[in-house]
Amino acid sequence: MKNYYLPLIKAGLPVLLAAFTVNFACGQQELTISHDITGLGVKPIPVSLEGFSGEVADVLKFDLYVQGFSFVAPDAAQYQISGTAAGSVQGRVVDRFAKSTILSRSYTGAALRRQAHAFADDIVQVITRKNGIAQTKIAFKAQSSTGNGEIYVADFDGYNPQSITHDDTIVAAPAWVPGRLAIYYTSYKRGNPDIFYHSLSTGQRRVVAGYSGLNTSAAVSPDGSKVAMILSKSGSPNVWVCNADGMDLKRLTTSSEDSSPCWSPDGQWICFATKIADRRVLAKVPAGGGAMQRIPTPGAPNPTEPDWSPDGKWIAFTSQTGEFDICVVPTGGGDPTELVAGEDPSWSPNSRTLIFTRRTGSRYMLSVLDVFTKQVKDIARISGSDSQPAWAR
Amino acid sequence: MKMMKLTYLLAFALAVTLADTGCKNHRPVKVTQIPERPSMVGEPGAGGTLPPGETVPSGGGQTASLDEFEGMIKDPTALAAYTVHFAFDSAAVKKSENANIQAVASKLSADSSAKLLIEGNCDERGTEEYNRSLGERRALALREALAKAGVDPMRIRTISYGKDKPVDPANNEAAWAKNRRGDFVLLHPKSGA
Repeated sequence: MKNYYLPLIKAGLPVLLAAFTVNFACGQQELTISHDITGLGVKPIPVSLEGFSGEVADVLKFDLYVQGFSFVAPDAAQYQISGTAAGSVQGRVVDRFAKSTILSRSYTGAALRRQAHAFADDIVQVITRKNGIAQTKIAFKAQSSTGNGEIYVADFDGYNPQSITHDDTIVAAPAWVPGRLAIYYTSYKRGNPDIFYHSLSTGQRRVVAGYSGLNTSAAVSPDGSKVAMILSKSGSPNVWVCNADGMDLKRLTTSSEDSSPCWSPDGQWICFATKIADRRVLAKVPAGGGAMQRIPTPGAPNPTEPDWSPDGKWIAFTSQTGEFDICVVPTGGGDPTELVAGEDPSWSPNSRTLIFTRRTGSRYMLSVLDVFTKQVKDIARISGSDSQPAWAR
Repeated sequence: MKMMKLTYLLAFALAVTLADTGCKNHRPVKVTQIPERPSMVGEPGAGGTLPPGETVPSGGGQTASLDEFEGMIKDPTALAAYTVHFAFDSAAVKKSENANIQAVASKLSADSSAKLLIEGNCDERGTEEYNRSLGERRALALREALAKAGVDPMRIRTISYGKDKPVDPANNEAAWAKNRRGDFVLLHPKSGA
């Protein structure tokens, strides 16, 4: 008897599963089944979250929302996330379509908050096959009403903020050295906007560019060996490049209205905002010197503050029509896409999320944006006005 | 036969469901130990705040032209009446500001030991680093105008505050017009010099 029906059961298994899947797909047509997240306008991945409360639940919700997940009831979820946070974080992820547990893990050590971030990164990794951003860091400028401020470093969600400077002066434009605990920034500490290098592991700092006039907007090359910046020592604000220690200074542009340089991930190009034929545009120049080329942003006027994505595919920038908008344009050519209102975008290391500033009156606050789903959340606030975010990558 | 098949399929579905439910009670087998954060001076829990840091002069930076202004005493009131204002998003010195330029030029020619600091400022419209660049262009345009009026440009230093130092923090056109400006600060030699 048993032997007789075994082939029937075997034959019935795929039929049963296929029928179940079809039925489910018909009832939940909005579900996104694909893992392949490569474009703009992607729908969030529906997940359910059960068993967590308090800070751990808050961290998981924040981390997943800004990485393109939405929260639904367990029977409508593509992935069911569950677990506990009693003493330490324990969690699992069930793929409801494949009917299998794809992640089951517990976390020990450090604070619950960091365990929750680690779990969030594992969830993102197992579902999207990409590295998450939950354990990354940012630097930014925190300004008081006097106009003076300090450079801060914090977790990407604004928690665990730490003041890196204590100078009570105007500061600007922090920039990380890729892969290292070191930043460059502009400080008026010496009575002039100068560019400082600051090691976060030793606390040591030094002036890298302190020429007469403007020294600002440092941007470190992907290999950490060069720094692009804006200097006005030759009579107009231009893009210059020097070694990491300030030596071997070279002028790259002779246009007269340059600002905000950034590097292509291959280190070959420096992109910046400038003015050509009386129009504000984005342009790029070879990092070793050479002819300037325009980067068209049709339909996105007055582009400034470009940031080239680490995967090389996009340039995020600020467009101004009256208000400011965050836009992205494909580096290989194509029309820009307007994402949300905001300014000064900086890419996450995985090229999927942007941190940017949002105005409330005359003040700024920082928000993170999942580029593909346009899901946005404000991060924790430090001072009256937090701006100029730089994502460590 | 058909009926029996269906019965077995249903039984199988039940078994799958039970197996799945059973899974939910499994304890996680994999454990992640969260490592200590990489040592960062002043990390909360690693001993207080970051020291202010030492300014260590390096090979880069510090041109002689900036050093010449080192230690000079700022007199922000002497030329306060001659502040020059600019149009929106413009660094062009308007003809109507010519009287202010001439006044500053004559003050400087009357005191050969004095030097000048020009502070370029912007309204809050425009992005931060764009404005820092614009403020510098305004200060440099004023330096050029003064040079044409006979002042040695080597006596002039420029600084841009971008939009970090508005005179009026309000969000309206009247405030913005006041904030788009170049301020002149007379510099006197340090005492004893």
